[in-house]
Amino acid sequence: MAYSEKAKGYFSTELEGIKEAGTFKEERFIESPQAANIKVEFPTGSPPKEVLNFCANNYLGLSSHPEVVAAAHEGLNERGYGMSSVRFICGTQDIHKDLETKLTEFLGTEDTILFPSCMDANAGVFDVVLGKEDAMIADRLVHASIVDGMRLCKAQLYNYKHSNMEHLEEKLKETQDCRFRLVITDGVFSMDGDIAKLDEICNLADKYDAMVLVDDSHATGFMGKTGRGTHEHCGVLGRIDVITTTLGKALGGASGGCVSGRKEIVELCRQRARPYLFSNTVPPVIVAAASKVLDIISKTTDRRDKLEEHTKYFRAKMTEAGFDIKEGVHPIVPIMLYNAKLAQDMARDLYGEGIYVIGFSFPVVPKGQARIRVQISAGHDREHIDRAIAAFTKIGEKYKILGKQKNEIIEMYGL
Amino acid sequence: MSEDLKKTIIDYVKKEYLEEDTQDDINESTPLISSGIVDSFSMVSLKTFLEKKFNIKIPDDKATPEAFDTVNNIINLLKDFKVA
Repeated sequence: MAYSEKAKGYFSTELEGIKEAGTFKEERFIESPQAANIKVEFPTGSPPKEVLNFCANNYLGLSSHPEVVAAAHEGLNERGYGMSSVRFICGTQDIHKDLETKLTEFLGTEDTILFPSCMDANAGVFDVVLGKEDAMIADRLVHASIVDGMRLCKAQLYNYKHSNMEHLEEKLKETQDCRFRLVITDGVFSMDGDIAKLDEICNLADKYDAMVLVDDSHATGFMGKTGRGTHEHCGVLGRIDVITTTLGKALGGASGGCVSGRKEIVELCRQRARPYLFSNTVPPVIVAAASKVLDIISKTTDRRDKLEEHTKYFRAKMTEAGFDIKEGVHPIVPIMLYNAKLAQDMARDLYGEGIYVIGFSFPVVPKGQARIRVQISAGHDREHIDRAIAAFTKIGEKYKILGKQKNEIIEMYGL
Repeated sequence: MSEDLKKTIIDYVKKEYLEEDTQDDINESTPLISSGIVDSFSMVSLKTFLEKKFNIKIPDDKATPEAFDTVNNIINLLKDFKVA
């Protein structure tokens, strides 16, 4: 047997190291559809507990929406379960093209190509667009999938301080000799819920003749007045050259992603993007359901309006209760606790109160920036939000952090 | 060890990685990577800076987080390239 004791010992030691570092991830088993209200078996083996979910990317509450589920059934019945093919052999159905067209219209771009995930979109797009004579200039807090995608690309890599436009401009000046430059950012940054300054980024890109790529996974469907995304929110519709985004969050939450943007770039992805060429087509059931999601959110902005209202309400009430939260307008609301153990302890106690949230600490967020990340959904009712605020207040009182500033919390609990 | 070289690197690290309003300061033995001041993704700027400044090419197997963890470590690394 080639799986030697030496190899086994090495892997076991690695796992022990992860546990000792406190970064070992345990999965909780959910015994219900994804929704505001879920049944969770945690710890493993314990009876299922009903909790309110405040940690899903189910921003529009469409993951288990009856119309979306019905569309998925219809897709399954009409177009089958699997395609047993990549797109370019025999894996493209009419509904795949329809969904790509709908995404193009919704995002206000020229063309769109589906990928199995946004991770795959990001893994494929950079190597297609840029070569070694080009430069990628990325915000330092871009998503891990972008970092990995850039590593697969031969272009020179530069990065700028998070959302720091002066620093971006320096990098643009520094790379003037490159053939093409691509400025790369998340539309919304997933840990802080802060929004890229896309208007300023586009202006700088125009000034220095650079293209712009935005990963809008935490924005598509609800940011901006009609939910198109961060580009709508920032007033730069039509000025983003490449948008990558996911169907796995607000748009039904199953899986799948896309590259949407300049038509030549999209067509080149169809010809050359390796995760597109060498992985299976997005299954019909997901395509049919995502297509329904786009119909729903194109018809009315009710869900994104409700999400916006909930977010404002939660942010205001939590601030009033005395929590230190990162300011903003996004449904990602970071409750800052700074100390990793405090974040874990409070998340555990909140779970005891029926509120499912997760504490995040280094290396997911910078050292000394531990927090509980709350995610609001249009699937929540006002009563759910009130229950979360009440539970947070109770647990915040227990740990005596209400009304405390950053330095006071650090003084009490350390970093 | 050249004081100028040390100052050049420290000045770059401060400008490139520290926010203007920060109270953090760094010296030649401040951990940069293991402390989280510079993450592995951001490290690329430092590598590019050193390569351009000293007209060298640092191979990936030498550009490790350990080799870049302090200004002293970086100066040691640069000795291999006859810079320090």
